[in-house]
Amino acid sequence: MSEEDLQPGGDRFPPTRRSVIEAARSIDAGERERALEALCAAYWKPVYKYVRWRWNRPAEAAQDLTQGFFAELLERELLDKFASNKGRLRTYLRVCVDSFVMNEDKAGRRQKRGGNIPHVALDFAAAEEELGATVIDPAKIASPESLEAFFEKEWLRSLFALAVEDLRELCEQRERTRTFHLFEAYDLEGNEKSSYEQLSKDYGISVTDVTNALAWARREFRKIALERLRELCGSEEEFHREARAAFGWDAK
Amino acid sequence: MKFLSDRALERLREGADEPDLAGTRYRLLDRIARGGMGVVYTAEDENLRRRVALKVLDLPGTNGDLANRLIREARVLATLEHPGIVPVHDVGTLADGRVFYTMKFVEGRRLDKYIESVTSFPDRLRIFLRICDAVAFAHARGVLHRDLKPANVMVGPFGEVLVMDWGLAKILRREASAAEADPDATIFEKPTQPPPAGVTAEISVVTGHGTVMGTPGYMSPEQARGDVARLDARSDIYSLGALLRFLLTGQPEAAPNSSGPRLEKSLAAICTKSTSASPADRYPNVQEMALDVSRYLDGLAVGAHRESILEKAARFYRRYRFFILLIAAYLAMRVLILIFMHR
Repeated sequence: MSEEDLQPGGDRFPPTRRSVIEAARSIDAGERERALEALCAAYWKPVYKYVRWRWNRPAEAAQDLTQGFFAELLERELLDKFASNKGRLRTYLRVCVDSFVMNEDKAGRRQKRGGNIPHVALDFAAAEEELGATVIDPAKIASPESLEAFFEKEWLRSLFALAVEDLRELCEQRERTRTFHLFEAYDLEGNEKSSYEQLSKDYGISVTDVTNALAWARREFRKIALERLRELCGSEEEFHREARAAFGWDAK
Repeated sequence: MKFLSDRALERLREGADEPDLAGTRYRLLDRIARGGMGVVYTAEDENLRRRVALKVLDLPGTNGDLANRLIREARVLATLEHPGIVPVHDVGTLADGRVFYTMKFVEGRRLDKYIESVTSFPDRLRIFLRICDAVAFAHARGVLHRDLKPANVMVGPFGEVLVMDWGLAKILRREASAAEADPDATIFEKPTQPPPAGVTAEISVVTGHGTVMGTPGYMSPEQARGDVARLDARSDIYSLGALLRFLLTGQPEAAPNSSGPRLEKSLAAICTKSTSASPADRYPNVQEMALDVSRYLDGLAVGAHRESILEKAARFYRRYRFFILLIAAYLAMRVLILIFMHR
């Protein structure tokens, strides 16, 4: 019996999304644009918050720099220079942000941008609100580890938020909105007092139904998050490393 | 897009980590431990109404290196039916795409914890001999363990000794299929959590031959070098020697400058011979090592140490102490009677 025999249906997690690194190097302009959009969707908030926090820029300047960074990423084809065997895309982008901000400072540029960046809605007001809700220890700002940790945390928040959004859409498509509400109530907004029993009373269903619905939602969430993650990695090795970091498997 | 609090992130991570056992005959009970490849849970086999240990990979997919390793581990275990080796029940893929296998749930303690309650040297040596039995059996089936250490041995409530965690096992037999064949690289897993005090953790080392697998302190020099092709039973003997030293002194390696606990010369010689840097200087097989330990327990001379006349006499005295003391008492009594009668 081969390894494949263990799973008659084949791998449930085929790499359905092409890596943004590969796609960004494509000769097809449409594919390149889609890759940049996917990258921008996952990274614009971490980049904006990072510029606000690390570089201590006011909101308006940080917005300008964030838009400028993604425009530069496109114009200078920075993704082409990323070698996935040498590091993580996340770290590479953070270093690129640092260089970009420093260069902008040197050049004294303060131009409004937005013309060339991918078509992703950048809700800076929401990002600003989120930043206000983030607890930051000012004593740790100078440490390089804390910079990396901050960027990683915000990237994870962004990745999981996108996956939650995908899950919500999936639930709507499959007419499982109640499942999403249960998931939202327990996994996203729940506290120590939340229980399956309470949810079963609130929704007038059995505890088994709650258990099954949550198991389905978590499985789909995990699948979606991993697919999105795979898309944002340059290689299978990087994907494995990032998955371990994203789901906290290294820390447990 | 919804803002996710830190708490929500944690709950999402926890929720996504739980294996989805839908479509299997298992019901998840509790989480036991996390290893380099994945997590071990307790689950109930609902058909047989018994508790099992379920080991599941972190990532989905049946074709990756880790999935192959887990499947290999299950298959290696399936070939090793021995009371000292934890039996595997099932292997498969969960609905969420992750490879798993189930095995007997051992309700016991890890050897490094259990040994704290065993104060007698002979009792510790008897535990060691049972480990040797299991390892010798595996070697006879052409399987090297490659990660023998106290944390990979469990002692059950009735004193049963089980060798666990065959994830790094190497198949020596030529007829082993490609799926069972040893991965060419050697991997040293990064520790998943800080090791408890006194416990040596696995570390990550990359050598010229690849990535290295094993645990420092318990791993033979050839294994540490990543010299996978030259590994044989003597590599496990090195680990057994380190394990024996741990059972006797609390440390897998000899303490420098005689600062550690003193061992009897014959026991120290067994440890030294098993952990020789050159495989040629070690015991050729586990049976010979176990025989030396048994001879020590029986008060006989061990092959690893050439005794002086004084040592022979001391051992003779220890072995026949009761009879020697009895004869001495008898002779003393006779002398006293003679003295008393001549007065």
